[in-house]
Amino acid sequence: MAEADPAPLPLEQRRPLSPHIQIYKLSPTMVVSGGHRVSGLVLYIGTLLLAWYLLAAASDKGSFQTASAFFGSIIGQLLLFGYTFALMLHAVGGVRHAIWDSGHGFDPGTRDVLAWGSLIAAGVLTVLIWIAVFILR
Amino acid sequence: MSQPSLQTPRARVNFRGSARSGTLHAWRLRLTAFALLPLTFAFVVIVVSLVGRDYESARALLGSPCPAILMVLFLGFGAWHMAIGMQAVIEDYVHSEHAKALALMANFSFSALIGVASIFAVLRLSFT
Repeated sequence: MAEADPAPLPLEQRRPLSPHIQIYKLSPTMVVSGGHRVSGLVLYIGTLLLAWYLLAAASDKGSFQTASAFFGSIIGQLLLFGYTFALMLHAVGGVRHAIWDSGHGFDPGTRDVLAWGSLIAAGVLTVLIWIAVFILR
Repeated sequence: MSQPSLQTPRARVNFRGSARSGTLHAWRLRLTAFALLPLTFAFVVIVVSLVGRDYESARALLGSPCPAILMVLFLGFGAWHMAIGMQAVIEDYVHSEHAKALALMANFSFSALIGVASIFAVLRLSFT
């Protein structure tokens, strides 16, 4: 609330604010919650690469070869690997949130299993995709 | 509004309280997410199939009906999901009304531009 409140209440009448994140001990669910948001931001920016590739394929041969050369380079491959992991983390994280949205998996053991499980699943899926990539090329 | 109030809706929303539209936003985020889950699988299969292809064969794959339809759906739902997802992030962290309005405009313009440009590229591959 950066805008000035026209009628600020006296301090003792203000409604309580919830404590901020630095108050709490870091938990697995906090890690994957942050990971979900960060991977979403990465995918948001990464759509520029996807749009570039598709537009290059839709135009002349030279543009396509420039894009292909970039995605085949070390930097391009590292970016694509990061993009794959972000995509898998966000997709698996979406499934985790769907389970929570259904009202299940909130007890202390299950929520940590879901948190670590989604992180491991995203890593495994990323590696499997890249194994497929290296077999095909 | 079941409870009578002397406060106008505008005044209620300005500094505190609900605008009564938050659940629709959360629901649309989930609807697009559900659509994107199978479409992401299709997208990964299509992109992996593009590995090692030259100009002609990459164009042939992307322009053929099944991959093109799945790509257009993925790109459309993806642009929609990223617009409303980023909207939530902006509303969480940008508190100045002026900067928030500008950030939201930039977000929706960027998402629409990326979505339309990518879908245009796939359609061009399909129809040429």
